[in-house]
Amino acid sequence: MSTVVTNPKALVAKARRLPPELSILFVLLGIAVIFEVLGWIFNGQSFLFNSQRLVIMILQVSVIGLLAIGVTQVIITTGIDLSSGSVLALSAMVAASLAQSADVARPVFEGLGGLPVFIPVVAGLLVGTVCGLINGSLIAATGIPPFIATLGMMVTARGLAQYYTHGKPISQLSDSYTAIGAGAMPVMIFLMMAVVFHIALRYTKYGKYTYAIGGNMTAARVSGIDVKRHLITVYTIAGALSGLAGVVASARAASGQSGMGLSYELDAIAAAVIGGVSLAGGVGRITGTVIGALILGMMTSGFTFLGIDAYIQQIVKGVIIVVAVIADTYRSKRKI
Amino acid sequence: MSAVLKDQTSSTMPRAAAGTYLLEAEGIMKGFPGVIALAGVQLKLRPGTVHALMGENGAGKSTLMKIIAGIYQPDEGQIRVKGERVVLHSPLDALQKGIAMIHQELNLVPFTTIAENIWIGREPLNKLGFVDHAELFRRTRELFDRLHIDLDPEEQVQHLSIANRQMVEIAKAVSYDSDVLIMDEPTSAITEKEVEHLFAIIADLKAQGKGIVYITHKMVEVFNIADDISVFRDGHYITTKPASELDRDKLITLMVGRELTQMFPKTTVPLRDVVLDVRSLSRQGVFSGVSFQLRGGEILGFAGLMGAGRTEVAETIYGMYPASGGEIYVNGKRVEIKSPRQAIDAGLALLTEDRKASGLFLVLPVLENMEIASLPGFLGRLGFVRQRTVSEECEKLRQSLRVKTPSLYQIIENLSGGNQQKALIGRWLLTKPKVLILDEPTRGIDVGAKAEIYKLISELAADGVAIIMISSEMAEIIGMCDRVLVMHDGHVTGELKRDELTQEAILHLASD
Ligand SMILES: Nc1ncnc2c1ncn2[C@@H]1O[C@H](COP(=O)(O)OP(=O)(O)OP(=O)(O)O)[C@@H](O)[C@H]1O
Ligand SMILES: [Mg+2]
Repeated sequence: MSTVVTNPKALVAKARRLPPELSILFVLLGIAVIFEVLGWIFNGQSFLFNSQRLVIMILQVSVIGLLAIGVTQVIITTGIDLSSGSVLALSAMVAASLAQSADVARPVFEGLGGLPVFIPVVAGLLVGTVCGLINGSLIAATGIPPFIATLGMMVTARGLAQYYTHGKPISQLSDSYTAIGAGAMPVMIFLMMAVVFHIALRYTKYGKYTYAIGGNMTAARVSGIDVKRHLITVYTIAGALSGLAGVVASARAASGQSGMGLSYELDAIAAAVIGGVSLAGGVGRITGTVIGALILGMMTSGFTFLGIDAYIQQIVKGVIIVVAVIADTYRSKRKI
Repeated sequence: MSAVLKDQTSSTMPRAAAGTYLLEAEGIMKGFPGVIALAGVQLKLRPGTVHALMGENGAGKSTLMKIIAGIYQPDEGQIRVKGERVVLHSPLDALQKGIAMIHQELNLVPFTTIAENIWIGREPLNKLGFVDHAELFRRTRELFDRLHIDLDPEEQVQHLSIANRQMVEIAKAVSYDSDVLIMDEPTSAITEKEVEHLFAIIADLKAQGKGIVYITHKMVEVFNIADDISVFRDGHYITTKPASELDRDKLITLMVGRELTQMFPKTTVPLRDVVLDVRSLSRQGVFSGVSFQLRGGEILGFAGLMGAGRTEVAETIYGMYPASGGEIYVNGKRVEIKSPRQAIDAGLALLTEDRKASGLFLVLPVLENMEIASLPGFLGRLGFVRQRTVSEECEKLRQSLRVKTPSLYQIIENLSGGNQQKALIGRWLLTKPKVLILDEPTRGIDVGAKAEIYKLISELAADGVAIIMISSEMAEIIGMCDRVLVMHDGHVTGELKRDELTQEAILHLASD
């Protein structure tokens, strides 16, 4: 029987495919090397071996990374979440307003004393959770496209964040609160969430249902999944993560500002897509998203390091996102 | 082995001088991750003939067709069109060389009109460069007139039945006016009436000297329309013979590589207690007054023409749609089934009719496809899935169902149609159902696998599982069922016992 096959081993061998994250990891390393080389050429110093720059970069990534972990799960269900940046701002405002030290001027809750730190934290998380719950319920109950529902939330939450103090920033937060944003804390929180949701997506019923819904909603329903309820859960989790990001961001900035997280939702989506999460649903992993976020962060950091104009940074980022989406389309087309 | 067979072939094949073949593919090899789909196969198509390509699920038929249609590139081998060597880089390439293909899976765009679907990518334009819709619809009407298809070109594809979508696909392929037309299981989703229609179209194309490669798992069709028959097995070329030299049994032996002794291994098993009792179930405007009882170990058939309401009855019992009247009892207890989850928990399972639309998670691995409906039964703490246990169960089922895949981690989209179906049956067996509802369980499945699935159904019945089998295939209804309910237009028109089961009796009840 094998007489007709000249080289069956070769046929099978070339076929083994590597995990998709590996290729993105190479992209990340490639970018790092490029900046390193350019750094020595133009700035006469190392890009990578500068702990201060790396710390800033990773801190920056942490906040967007938290949003990206949420939106990854949403995209896997074939949805989208445009509201994460605004929800971050609203949560930051509410949390900050409850985190001010005793005896300082308060734009809201005048005359309130200092509160134990868990209150602002829980409040911030709660605000995000409720926003996510509203997103999910709207989508599940009315069947409107996630794009529209979360676009509405994006505008509304931003409006609420501004209305909350009529645009005034909230400062002088208590030390115990700002500790959440100090040092390596944001990075720890981000990595912890990444691990939690990586595990949740791969090894729990929650994760398997999420992929199934993204793979084929009708088949998911036939297989006994309560699709609506699960979608609500996914959007709620994404909202809670935005809330957490709001807490971290305000703690780190030691203030709440209604303009926080502006257009972060796009960076979060970009991180996911660069990381191999397919907009067609059913495909993607947290590891990819984390690497995607690192790529974005490194671009920003590297461009700043090289003194490249912020507007040009924006343009390059846009190009990279489009390239990532093209790569995604190409990946899914090749399978026909 | 194949060298010998090839020699035999040339002696029995109707001779065609070099260069008179419309299409020749030779020494074609193609590998995928972990699979050799084609290990050096050939196909030679004479003008004015229908060439049937036969083989079990996963034999490599669709893969060869995709290579000929320019979708895949072969690892080795060559293709000649009318004697001239060609390299096809894309479907467009193939179309320009005169090769068009009707795919096994429907590929229409649902939210556009029939006409736009047919002429997609080659729409007639007006002077301003916009699509000339009047001309578009006119051309479509002309095409439909020629093919005697009675559909409105302006209708949106999403409103069409599966059968009509298939007719649109066929019209689309014909519209390219190609010399070579590839049809990959064109009749797996259409009714008797449309099959006749398709055969008339094929006869017409033959008369015009075109060549048709035809893939099917339906034996009757092959001997009805094929001039030549080629057989593949496991990626290997076995033989090519004129249809007149073969009969059903010889062909099956060539395909499966052994003699198939028993197609319908139906055994009589003692019937147990009533498991499912459906009393005057109705759904407004779709069906009404459906009542039946089903015992453990029994195989109850639902026969009828397409659109008789059989699928809808099953879906309503299964909780996908609310019933407007009636009661359901499982094991003597009244149940209110409002969702598939409740149905599964009550011990029901439903293998749906349309694999791609409501069965498969195409982008996910075989494992995830199999385990999904049973996960609540395999949970540890914190919602963690007891993965080792589930994977072992799935692996056992994969082996007993003989799902052909390099591993459970293969993306299910890469399995052949029949193996996808077996994996889906595995999904439902894993839920350990008391009542298993199978809606067209053998659609697109090869004879060998069919026999295996029938055997499996018999074994399940022997284990006391109650089985409902909805099928449009007379042979399997007659061969497998203890009892058959025939439906017509939303009503049960009659019930036949096993000894009363004949094609005439069923047709009589199905059409009055
Ligand atoms: N894109 C792919 N990636 C990996 N394996 C593939 C791919 N396409 C096909 N295969 C494998 O190649 C083999 C041949 O598949 P093919 O679809 O050609 O079978 P077939 O003869 O058309 O079967 P069926 O009658 O079930 O449609 C199968 O084992 C299948 O799993
Ligand atoms: Mg096929």
